[in-house]
Amino acid sequence: MTIGLGHYLTVAAILFTIGIFGIFLNRKNVIIILMSIELILLAVNVNLVAFSAFLGDLVGQIYALLVLTVAAAEAAIGLAILVAYYRNRGSIAVEDINLMKG
Amino acid sequence: MIFPALFFYLFAGMCIAAAVMVIAARNPVHSVLFLILAFVNAAALFVLLGAEFLAMILIIVYVGAVLVLFLFVVMMLDVDFAQLRQGFIQYLPIGAFLGAILLIELVLVLVSWTIGPDVQRTIATPIPPIASTVNAEALGHVLYTRYVYFFQAAGVVLLVAMIGAIVLTLRHKPHVKRQNIAEQVARTKATAIDLVKVRPGQGL
Repeated sequence: MTIGLGHYLTVAAILFTIGIFGIFLNRKNVIIILMSIELILLAVNVNLVAFSAFLGDLVGQIYALLVLTVAAAEAAIGLAILVAYYRNRGSIAVEDINLMKG
Repeated sequence: MIFPALFFYLFAGMCIAAAVMVIAARNPVHSVLFLILAFVNAAALFVLLGAEFLAMILIIVYVGAVLVLFLFVVMMLDVDFAQLRQGFIQYLPIGAFLGAILLIELVLVLVSWTIGPDVQRTIATPIPPIASTVNAEALGHVLYTRYVYFFQAAGVVLLVAMIGAIVLTLRHKPHVKRQNIAEQVARTKATAIDLVKVRPGQGL
């Protein structure tokens, strides 16, 4: 029994779906939504690395490295916004974040 | 050999189970810990794929920095998380419906897809055999030559993120005493000493 490209793509697809599902499921909790986004980006990385390994091309891994960089920056900025918002409003519930709504 | 398949199923199963627990756990601290488990198992999958450098980066940068940052924030914010889970059951059907549609679409893509015949001829940078060059070295050879501008751009992204996070969270409290070095250095004898002539019998 050999593990092929399809196996890894299936794992990535399931991870991606769990990430999307988590965003819908925890609509009120920003922290879980951020974690779901991390899961989605992880699924993308698994895809990139799997294609890189099975096609024998190194560029996929470099692209995965850049995706990791952007994901780390996104997590840092998102959490910083969360902390600043919590200081100002005392709550991080998503339905309270409506100041810019007309 | 049965072992690669065995380990693939072990790591993949753990990764998916941990990912499910991330979105299903009651306590956000448990969510973060399960996310750490998911990332460690994904790093093990990367090792199985021969991308050791990315696996180590995933563990060091992600588990070591980003997820610990998540843990800090979750523990620092004093939020009633039970209240945030109010609509969990309410959103379950629509979320499950959309998730199922997405998964079916992805599976349909997976089964009806083949690698084009001329892909093998258009490979930009082939992976060198592991006997001659290890993964980190091969990645460095490509990253610092052909993709050096992307590397620099990634550095700029991280710099901007760092400055942005500091600007967003830095706050000067009004009643905290701080050292003002310029003021201290600019002190002279005239400004530091105040001579007062005290008359006898009157005091100050």
